[in-house]
Amino acid sequence: MSERVAVRKTYKLFIGGKFPRSESGRSYLVQSSNVSLASRKDARDAVVAARAAVKGWAGATAYNRGQILYRAAEMLEGRREQFVALGIPGDEVDAAVDRWVWYAGWADKLAQVYGGANPVAGPYFNISAPEPTGVVAVVAPERPALLGLVSVIAPAIVTGNTVVVAASPSEPLAAVTLAEVLATSDLPGGVVNILTGAITETAPALAAHMDVNAIDLTGVTDASLATELEVKAAENLKRVLRPAPAGHDWSGDPGVTRMTALLETKTVWHPKGV
Amino acid sequence: MFEYAPAPESRSVVDLKPSYGLFIDGAFVDPTDGGSFKSINPASEEVLAEIAEAGAQDVERAVRAARTAYDKVWGPMPGRDRAKYLYRIARLIQERSRELAVLESLDNGKPIRESRDVDLPLVAAHFFYYAGWADKLEHAGFGPNPRPIGVAAQVIPWNFPLLMLAWKIAPALAAGNTVVLKPAETTPLTALLFAEICQQADLPAGVVNIVTGAGDTGRALVEHPGVDKVAFTGSTEVGRAIARSVAGTSKKLTLELGGKAANIVFDDAPIDQAVEGIVNGIFFNQGHVCCAGSRLLVQENVADRVLESLKRRMAQLRVGDPLDKNTDVGAINSAAQLERIRELSDAGSAEGAERWSPPCELPEQGFWFAPTIFTGVTQAHRIAREEIFGPVLSVLTFRTPAEAVEKANNTPYGLSAGIWTDKGSRILWMADRLRAGVVWANTFNKFDPTSPFGGYKESGYGREGGRHGLEGYLNV
Repeated sequence: MSERVAVRKTYKLFIGGKFPRSESGRSYLVQSSNVSLASRKDARDAVVAARAAVKGWAGATAYNRGQILYRAAEMLEGRREQFVALGIPGDEVDAAVDRWVWYAGWADKLAQVYGGANPVAGPYFNISAPEPTGVVAVVAPERPALLGLVSVIAPAIVTGNTVVVAASPSEPLAAVTLAEVLATSDLPGGVVNILTGAITETAPALAAHMDVNAIDLTGVTDASLATELEVKAAENLKRVLRPAPAGHDWSGDPGVTRMTALLETKTVWHPKGV
Repeated sequence: MFEYAPAPESRSVVDLKPSYGLFIDGAFVDPTDGGSFKSINPASEEVLAEIAEAGAQDVERAVRAARTAYDKVWGPMPGRDRAKYLYRIARLIQERSRELAVLESLDNGKPIRESRDVDLPLVAAHFFYYAGWADKLEHAGFGPNPRPIGVAAQVIPWNFPLLMLAWKIAPALAAGNTVVLKPAETTPLTALLFAEICQQADLPAGVVNIVTGAGDTGRALVEHPGVDKVAFTGSTEVGRAIARSVAGTSKKLTLELGGKAANIVFDDAPIDQAVEGIVNGIFFNQGHVCCAGSRLLVQENVADRVLESLKRRMAQLRVGDPLDKNTDVGAINSAAQLERIRELSDAGSAEGAERWSPPCELPEQGFWFAPTIFTGVTQAHRIAREEIFGPVLSVLTFRTPAEAVEKANNTPYGLSAGIWTDKGSRILWMADRLRAGVVWANTFNKFDPTSPFGGYKESGYGREGGRHGLEGYLNV
């Protein structure tokens, strides 16, 4: 009796809830697999998908977003062994699940913690509340491939943003596998879009894109590339999260700043009277 | 229009010096490598004073003074004591408010009624508000031990010279930073009087430094490597250039930039109140307001009624001497700004919109522009897209709430918006959908130190005012 021949997986992009190949037809060999080498056009397509998803995702109730993200954590937990098989340490998968659950719980809390009533000197009702900034481009950390990725995606989307993520070029399989988790979590298509390939190709297209509201440069390790991307981002005054000069500690308490950096505060006034 | 006897506020309360130096390290000093320029009264073109122009070496001196003060005095000082200095400054501003108001109107051209009743009370309130934060920062929601950033470079515009100074300096100092501030070149005088107030308050030397000058001075300041934080209020174009210049540095940046706000009037709005709001929205401070309601979106079925009332109300506006207590609309701040307003208004006519101004006699001397509205404006017109920063209103119409939202958000800006309707649920529905940092419902152009202010999209980032306003000056 011959040994069973395994069915191998094709690793593709994740755009608008679908798994297309790069429109360029290119791939590159990494982690013993042919992975899509995303083009600038793929980046633009991903922005279109992300923009289309903003209305529904930002307009969903905070409770609903929290439920969907919690569901994603359930799916992530269920695929633990898949990530381990990709070489991700079990501890890291556990930490990624816990991180995702932690952020999921923020969905219906951040507006109270970060917003509130303002005691203005006059007969006015005045309230400030955070809102998502819109479409966020994210350069994910090179590694840890899963925990780093989860730690940049979850804080961006929990508040209602949608993202286009440039995944770790050297360890992209965790990102594509995470896309499979998200695709089975009731997360609307386009809320998370994942590009694999060269950061030097996708990130400049995202930084210069006029329909992107913010860019998270956490995964950019080359200082001159980070500067170039920040300069491009200035064209439409994108909100910019710079990479930490000393690197990031992904194991510690993440705090709320990754969420609040991608929020706008809206203040509404109305007179009081009879 | 009723005839009023002139009721001019006396200038005698202001003691203008013929020339002013830079305020560096607690003293007024002559510039080492800069020249000088004149600040004029835009209502008369009279020269008010000769002002030092700070060059690169002067900026260097100011940043060094701020650094030393940060390291040695202000940084280590307990918040409780920083608070007391800020309270002192707030009190001194109240005590000298008439002097500051008259000087503001002289230098800026805004009506004394506004500088006296709006600007100065808000300036004092802002210092009072942030004074109280100085010893409570650990309770502000930015972690248990929030730290200041260091030396803040602050560049402010000419439309609310002293109020913008307060918005910049009060939170910076409360959080424990020291500052180098550059006022606009057409309105430096109240900032220099504020420097005297700092001396009077015995504020330690170097905590506040004021360098006067134009764009080159501002550029030298924000690009100085010794600066940790940059805060800018002004045009989107300059904001973009600053964002590029700080790229790749560790400087923290907040920007409060241009706007093209929609003021949306529904058919169930009380028309008279809405008209007051429209007038306040666009003619307050000669329309030199980044959050001005410069696009009126009026529901089609009441457009004629609203416009008729608006024109009747506009005919009552008194344009003229800023120091006259009867004046509603003062002088345009500078010849350059007047030129820009004229150019865009001419473009409005050339592109096919219909222009209207009330009969209105303008003074011979100085820079003046009559309150103006354009009807028949489309979304493609320059006057519907570009910030005019003057007393010019573009009127567009809509039929449904969804169309109003679509048109209101059809701009790269996102600073403010107005909604006029009697229906509460519609206000909240609209407010949710308008992409703007401040939404005024059944009111407009209201400001308060406790209320965060700032934009979405290309109107900039960061908030000024309230607890949120501390964030830009803390290392969070």
